[in-house]
This record gives sequence, structure tokens and C-alpha cells, in this order.
Amino acid sequence: MDESHHRMKLLIGIGLLAACLGWCATGSVAAEAQTNVSPSPPLEQALADLSSEVDGTREQAVRLLIEQGDAALLPRLEELRGNADRSLRMAIKPVIDTWRNHANLASPDADTRRTAATDLGMSGRPSAIPWLQAAAANESHRWVRYAMEESALLLQLASDNPAGQQQAAAKLGDMRSQNAVPALQALVQTVAGEPATAEQKALAQTATAAIERIESWNVWSSTIETLFRGISLSSILLIMSLGLAIVFGLMGVINMAHGELMMIGAYATFVMQECFKLYAPESWFDSYYLAALPAAFLAAALFGLILEATVIRFLYGRPLETMLATWGVSLILIQGARMYFGDLTAITAPSWLNGGAQVLVGVFLPFNRLFIIGLSILSVIGIYALLFRSSIGLRVRAVTQNRSMSACLGIPTRKVDAYTFAFGSGLAGIAGWALTLVGNVEPGLGQNYIVDSFMVVVTGGVGKLAGTIIASFGIGGLNKLMEPSLGAVYGKVLILVLVILFLQRRPSGLFAAKGRHAEG
Amino acid sequence: MFWIVGFVLLFVLPILNVLPPEDSWLHVSDFALNRFGKFLAFAILALGLDLIWGYAGILSLGQGVFFGIGAYCMGMHLMLTIGNQSVYGSALPDFMVWNQVTELPFFWKPFYSFSAAVLAGLLAPACFALIFGFLAFRSRIRGVYFAIITQALALMAWLVFNRNETNLGGTNGLTDFKALLGFRLSAPGTQLALYVVTVLCLGGAYAMCRWIIASRAGRVLIAIRDSEQRVRFSGYSPATYKLFVFVVSAVLAGLAGILYVPQVGIITPAQMGVLPSLEMVVWVAVGGRATLVGAIVGAVGVNLGRSILTNSFPELWPFFLGGLFVVVVLLFPDGVMGIAKQVRARLAERAVRLPKTQAVEGEQV
Amino acid sequence: MTEHGSIIYLEGVTVDYDGFKALNNLNFIVNHRELRVVIGPNGAGKTTLLDVISGKTKPAAGRVIFGKDQDLMGLREYEITQLGIGRKFQAPSIYGNLSVWENLDLSLSRPSKGVFATLRGTSTPAEREEIDRTLETIGLQEQVRKRAGSLSHGQKQWLEIGMVILQDPELLLVDEPVAGMTDEETEQTGRLLQSLAEKHAIIVIEHDMEFVRQIARTVTVLHEGTVICEGTVEKVQADDRVREIYLGRQKVAHG
Repeated sequence: MDESHHRMKLLIGIGLLAACLGWCATGSVAAEAQTNVSPSPPLEQALADLSSEVDGTREQAVRLLIEQGDAALLPRLEELRGNADRSLRMAIKPVIDTWRNHANLASPDADTRRTAATDLGMSGRPSAIPWLQAAAANESHRWVRYAMEESALLLQLASDNPAGQQQAAAKLGDMRSQNAVPALQALVQTVAGEPATAEQKALAQTATAAIERIESWNVWSSTIETLFRGISLSSILLIMSLGLAIVFGLMGVINMAHGELMMIGAYATFVMQECFKLYAPESWFDSYYLAALPAAFLAAALFGLILEATVIRFLYGRPLETMLATWGVSLILIQGARMYFGDLTAITAPSWLNGGAQVLVGVFLPFNRLFIIGLSILSVIGIYALLFRSSIGLRVRAVTQNRSMSACLGIPTRKVDAYTFAFGSGLAGIAGWALTLVGNVEPGLGQNYIVDSFMVVVTGGVGKLAGTIIASFGIGGLNKLMEPSLGAVYGKVLILVLVILFLQRRPSGLFAAKGRHAEG
Repeated sequence: MFWIVGFVLLFVLPILNVLPPEDSWLHVSDFALNRFGKFLAFAILALGLDLIWGYAGILSLGQGVFFGIGAYCMGMHLMLTIGNQSVYGSALPDFMVWNQVTELPFFWKPFYSFSAAVLAGLLAPACFALIFGFLAFRSRIRGVYFAIITQALALMAWLVFNRNETNLGGTNGLTDFKALLGFRLSAPGTQLALYVVTVLCLGGAYAMCRWIIASRAGRVLIAIRDSEQRVRFSGYSPATYKLFVFVVSAVLAGLAGILYVPQVGIITPAQMGVLPSLEMVVWVAVGGRATLVGAIVGAVGVNLGRSILTNSFPELWPFFLGGLFVVVVLLFPDGVMGIAKQVRARLAERAVRLPKTQAVEGEQV
Repeated sequence: MTEHGSIIYLEGVTVDYDGFKALNNLNFIVNHRELRVVIGPNGAGKTTLLDVISGKTKPAAGRVIFGKDQDLMGLREYEITQLGIGRKFQAPSIYGNLSVWENLDLSLSRPSKGVFATLRGTSTPAEREEIDRTLETIGLQEQVRKRAGSLSHGQKQWLEIGMVILQDPELLLVDEPVAGMTDEETEQTGRLLQSLAEKHAIIVIEHDMEFVRQIARTVTVLHEGTVICEGTVEKVQADDRVREIYLGRQKVAHG
């Protein structure tokens, strides 16, 4: 809920920003035009009346300006507002908003047009209906057109013409317009409150039917969004768990510093961003994110290599001790990052990952989440190719299955260990790189998901990619599916219970090796 | 040795607290004694952890949960005995008034009784460990798997205890205790008594653990660590033994929690989460696994180091703790006790000037 | 129906490892006080057979009856052990951190092996005597206080045999007991097994045909999870199918 709220805010923010930019552009055009055309005398009078201290006069002037003015008034109004007191500014605002939005309906930017339409729809001014209808007729963007039509209908719904209202209510129902629900509910309630005419009753009936249609669609759209969020969380878990699982399969080691390797990847991204800010031309800024990918991978992989060479190799065959030692390393890394970088470090996502795609009414998929899902798919394909289609992968699989036999066959198992560990660490770095899109870069970054990803590895079992994938989607999906009804905390508790019950049937995970090597 | 240390802890320190004047160098301050009492409570928990990890080789990263349950049981009792002396003057605990809870939740009611609180503080962790352990050991979840599942357990417990609607005080936990059994907790005498009780409990816990380890059951535990399969084919049920030792360790953790709360005066979810649970493992590792004494030494030593370091260099403590873990695991797997043993062996060797016998003599446990 | 006097009776046992049938509709009977040797090429299912009897592996189908009418299906390993089936593994499986004495003491058959019995229990003089006797049999009197992990490979093998003897099982399962032993040790082991067979039933898995000839009265040949031949050493060696399996295999292996 919270997240989508944020997203909305962000969207609105971006829209407003774009609106301002668009307005600046149109404003300057209007300023040129202004030299030729001056407002008609009544409007001129109204503009003058705005400054009047008499309340009635000012209100009348505002009404006149809204009803009869046009976008050409904007520069004059702006000028007025520039040296106005608070009460005047408040009075002018609706005028400016109306004409600015009117102008913005023709903006070249889709988001600006959409925001203008939505604003007009909420303004409650029936005079905007024809503008919206005209704009909708020329609109090519599906969802902008939707917003325009919706706004026009909302205004029609708010009018006092019962036939128009009824028509609007039915149409809004057809459109599954979520924005219409409060207005429709208000309509139903006013009718319920007092003795109603047949006309009003019919209107209320139409409104009720529309609400029902909208709400039944809401169930669908929220299901789809929940599923999407589940898949998106699962993808994050998957990218995190892949490296962990490969190392676990190969060396029987759970690296408790895996989350901190992720943190390293995230900080590498941050450092790359700062470097671009300092040394690269501004127009290149967006490409920092791509440049950060190899940086994140290499930084984490290098660190993994060091970790393997200095700690883990000495603990071979003692998985519990390895867990503890790597946990010690993770403590040091977290505190190190906290002292060096401070607590909170902001990442500006590249502009091409801002916003999102609307696929259905009320279903909005942010690009950054889509990107992460895509990345997880790529990671799986990449790892699959590496493990099953390359000679290095063959060695890794050989050592995973039978270490001593592989050693006898001349496979340098120590090197395989070291490189695989570095590779797994690099994957953690990539996970950290991706995580910067959805969260802050902070020293505790790794801790947020790490227990979940341990659970994924345990549930997925050893040495099979499919186990990790299924477990990621099982745990990530369940997390999000249970969140709406149980809340995040109890959802997690239930998942732990489910994992324990699951391990009753398959104590070594989904895809444990069976047969004579099953018990080592 | 047991009796000497026991004597010092039980008589010498309290006497040094009470008798010498405050400016004497022999004087043990109330604060120091109280803090030491807290460490000894931790030592009780460490004994249980040593039993399960050191001897049976089962790493539980969820001991903080059992500690927390014990501590909360005691905390709930202390909360209820505050009565109308609370900030809001209500018979309900302050945080409930704050959260607009009007009636005491049913599960709080038994905690008016001290003995019920203590009993719950021991039995609740036991029951919890029994159910959890039964499921885990029956299906042969072990090693890394068990460690991770128990770590998840610690995370869940932390999350649940943090919630306000569970009526356990949320993030702020339970605090502002006034009196225990009618004695004011702020009085030095009460704290001294709590210290003595803690020492006695520690002595009892140690004796019990020794007894378990010295029995054939203790050897079965070591046997499980060495070869669980052979244990099965010797006719023992490893799951039952593991469950037994897991429950014992949970009870000891609960006891530690019960003793901790009145001495420290606060219990919050932060003391039972993932990190504290892992830190408890450090105590045992530093002291030396499978020695029992090492667990006590480690718990007291690490916590002493912690309170010194966090006072003077709060930023460095995580480095120190992390480094300690890496170094102990890598270089001193037998901890302080292992080092002490090596030093003793060296000294003995030098004294006798005899070549070391080639075979390692079996350690008689 | 179980055959009268059989100690272990397997009927139609199938073990399936992801499509690979380690045992395929296997029928197998061993009588009281019988010393049975099971041979067969690698992957024939010999160890799986012992796994099924001792409860380590649960078959997908079939019946396993111990003694007169004790169904072993669904019992856990330690329950089966307590019923009187002992097992010696191929690689020595002992408790490295306990002394030789403690290893034997833990294995000794006792009325209860539950937690509370072992918490209180002490060894009776009779039990000590029995352990002493076994120590003599396996020749480890000198090492009795030593940590078992520090014994040599052969000594570990002997210790494990001693542990299994002390369980006083009615049926002993022995997996390649002489692997890695010297000739002399091999012969000793053979004599020991033969003397044990006077009181217990024994199933031995073995590759070493020399050793098989020394101890075997009846030999069962397994191939691809089923019994293909059973009888005296001579009969088995004369069997065409057995020769085919072994020689055929050898051709592949050495060709």
C-alpha cells in the first residue's frame, strides 16, 4: 500500500515538474503573442478587479476570468501573482491552474497532458468538459485519453443535469474508473438520505451498479499488482540467492557475509554515481548506472576472493565455523561502511528507469521493478549457460558432485572453489547494484533480505538451479501474497512455519541429491 | 576449582561489596556487582549453548528467543507489580494505556503471581523448544540447515515482539520496574540478593551440565557430533537426545532471562533478535567449546570487554566483536580454555623435560 | 508367508532412486545362524540391500520381515537396531572423540537406550566383563583409553566390529569388512566371522573372492537389483550368467 502510495507521489511529482516545464514553454509562446493580442475589455476589467479589496468583486472577477478567459492570460496573471499578497495569490490560483491545465492538455509530453486532465477532472468546473472532450478526440496515447475521458465524465457526474449524470455514471462504470468511486458513493448517499424522485433513484441505481463493476475490477487489478510485487520481490531474492546457493552447493558453506557483499555492490554503484557527478559531463549522468554494473560485480567478486583466501579456505569442511567467521566479517564490513559512508546515501535512479508502464486500468508496473525481473531472468540464463554450457561450469559441477574424485581427475578443486566463490560474490554485487533501484544504500542493506535468502537456499536444496528458482518464487511470492491479509510480520512467521513443515517432508530441500551419495 | 571460584563469587565479592568503605581499593561497587550479576546470568545461557553446540554439535542461532521468552515472563510480572505507581497511574502497564488497551490481555493475568512467572519463564522456552526441536530433529534438519532455521526463528520472534498488538510493549519493551516480591529493585540490598541468587543458579546449572556430560547420555551427545549415523546403528535415537539437550539449553536460556530482567531493569526485542543470538555463540566460542567452564569464562569475558569498549569507543565494538569471531574461529578453535590447556601442557613439558608421547591420550570427560 | 526359521525375509523389494532401480523386485531369505555372502558387480544393489534391512533406506514396494513376524517397514534405524540387527559399515564408522572403551560401552546392548536411562545408568560388573572380553577378541586391550580417532585404519575396522558384536545382534550386516586389511588381518577377520556365525546370522558383502571362498557356505549373486544366482561358491562360479556378468563387465572395464 505504502509503496504504491509513494509511487503515486513520485508520479505526481514528476508530472508537476513536467507541467511546470511545459508551462514555461507555452508561457514564452504566449508572451510573444501577447504583444499583438490584448485581452478584451471585460477581462481587462476583471484583471483589474482582482486587486480589489472588496470580496464580492474579486470573486466575480475570478469567475469571469475562468469562464471567459484563455491561456493568453497566463503571463498577466503570473505578473500579478509575482507582487501580490497572500489573499490575492490564493484568489488567483484557481484561475492560473485552470488555464495552465487547459494549455497543458496540448503539451507534447504525455505525462503533462495526463496530469492536466486529472487536475481538471478534480477541479469541478464544467467549463472544462468540452476542452477535455476535444483533447481526447485528438489524443493518441491510450492512457492519457483514458484520463481525459474519465475527467470529462467526472465533471459531468458533478453537474446538476440528472440525465448527464446517469450517463456519466454508467460510462465511468464501463471504464472501471477508480477515481470515480468517491463521487459515485456520495451520489448514492445523498439519494439514500432523503425522499428521492424516480429520476434520482434511477441515478442512484446506475451509480451503485457502476461502483460494483469498478470494485470487482479492483479485486482483479490489486491481485495482479500483488502478483507483480511478489514476482518482483522474488526476483530480488533470486538474484541474491543464486550466488549463495552455488557456493553452498559447491563448498557446503553458507556465507553470512553475502548480504554485505551485496552492500559492497550497492556502494560501488554509489561511488560510480558520485564519480560521474564530479568528472563526467552532465548529459552522461544516466549512463553511470550501466558503468556501475561491472564495478559492482568486480568489487564484490574481488572482496569474495579475498574472503575466500583469508578465511574460508582455512575452514574447509567446517561449515558451522565458516558461518560464524563470515558473520564476524559481515559485522566488520557493516561498521566499516557506516563509518566511511555514513548512514544514508542516496542513489538517483537513471531517468530511463523512472516511471512505469500502465498495462490495464489501475495496474501500473514501475520500470525499475520490471528491470529487476528482467535482470533476474538474465542472471538465471547466464548462470545456466556458464554452469551447463562451458568447461568451467563442467568443472564446477564435477567438484560439486564428487570432490575427491574430481581432484583425482586433475581438476584443481582449490581454484574451482576460489573462482566459484568469487563469482558467487560478484552475483551478490549485481544484486546490490539492482537493489539501489528500490531502496536506499545503507550499511544494513544486506541484512534486510538475507534471512529470507538463507531460507531460499535451505528450501531449494543443494546443487540444483531449479530448486533455488522455485524456492525464491515460493518464499517471495508467499511473502507478498500474505502481506495484505496477515501483515508483513505474521506473513513471515507463517512462511517460517511452512518452511519447517516443508522440510519435514524433504529435509534437504526441494531437489536434494538422492541415492548412494545422499548421506555424506 | 569449582568450590574456590564458587566461594569467591558467592562470599568474597558480596563481602567486599558490603564491608570495606567505599573509597577502599578492596571495595566492589554496587554498580560493578550488579553488572557482574548480569554477566553471570549470561553465563547460565552460555552453559546451555555449550551443551548443545559444544557437545552435540548442533549450532542454534536462536538462543536469544528462549532468553527473551524467559525475560519477558519475568518482565511481565514486574510490570504488573508496578500497579498504580506507573506514570499514568493506571493498574495497566503504561504502554497499554498509551496503546489504548483498556483491559489486561488474558495471557498477562497469570503473571500477577511471582511463582507462575518464574514457572512460565522456564516452561515456555521448554515447550517452545520441544515443539520446534521435535519438528526439526525428527526430520533430520541439522548442521547449516538447523542454524539457518533457528536464525529465522530469532528474526520472527524479534518481529513479533516488536509489534504493538501483541501487547508486549513493542519496540520499547518492558521497563520502569519498581519492586520484586516487595523489595525495591533500586535498593542495593535487593540487587545484592539477586546477585547471590544468580550465582547459586549458575552453580546449580553448572553442576547439572557436568552431571549430564559425565553420564552416558553425555557421551551419546558427543557421539552424535562424531557420527550421527553410527549412533542410530548403536540403537539410540539421535533425535530424542538432541531434543533433550535442546530443551535443556532452552530452559537455561529462559532462566538466564528471568535473572537478567530484574538486574538490568529492561527487556526489549533488541535483546532477542538475530544479532544477540549470534553474539551468544561468540561467548562460547571465545571461552572454548565443550568445556562448560569455557562457556562461563567466555560469557563473562566477552561481556566485560563489551562494556569496557562500548563505554570508551562505541564505534569500535562491532569491529572488535567481528574480529574476535574471525580470529577465534580461525586461530583458536578451542578458545581461551584451549589456549590455557596448551600453555599448561608447555609448562608441564618444560618442567618434566620428557618428550611428548606420540599418541594423543583420550580425554576423559 | 515367511519361510519357517528365516531370520530375514525380503519379498518383492524395490528401491527407486529417481528412476534408477537400485533394487528391483528383490526376494532374499537368510536363515538363523547362516553366514551368507552377497557378491555382485558395482551398482548391483548390495549396499542398498543392507540399507533396506537396517532401515536406512525405505523401499518403494515390498515386504521386509525380521525373525518370525516382525515387519521392519516403517521402523526407524535405531528401532531396528534395538530389535537385534547390527551393522558394520564399509568405511569405519566410530566415535572419534570418545575413547575405545566409551565406544564399546555405548554400543553394548542394554534394555533401554532412552535419554533418562542413560542419564542415570552406570555399567554393571557383568557389562564391564563383556566389554573386556570383546576387547580381547578384537585385540585392542592396549588402546582402551585411547581416543578412537587416533587409531589406525585396521584398528578402527576392528573397533567397529567389536561395537557391533557388543550389540549382540541376531543378524549382523557386514559391508566389505576386509577392504584395506592385510592378508593376516583378512584371515583373522574370516575366522572371527565364522565363529560369530555359530551364534548369529550374518550377511557379508564382499568383493574379494579369495575371502569369499574362505568363509562362505552360501553365496548370493546380485545384478541390477535382483538375485540371479544362489548356492555354494562352486555352483555360483560355474553359473553361466554369473560368468557373463563378471566377464562382460571386465571386458568393458579393461577394454
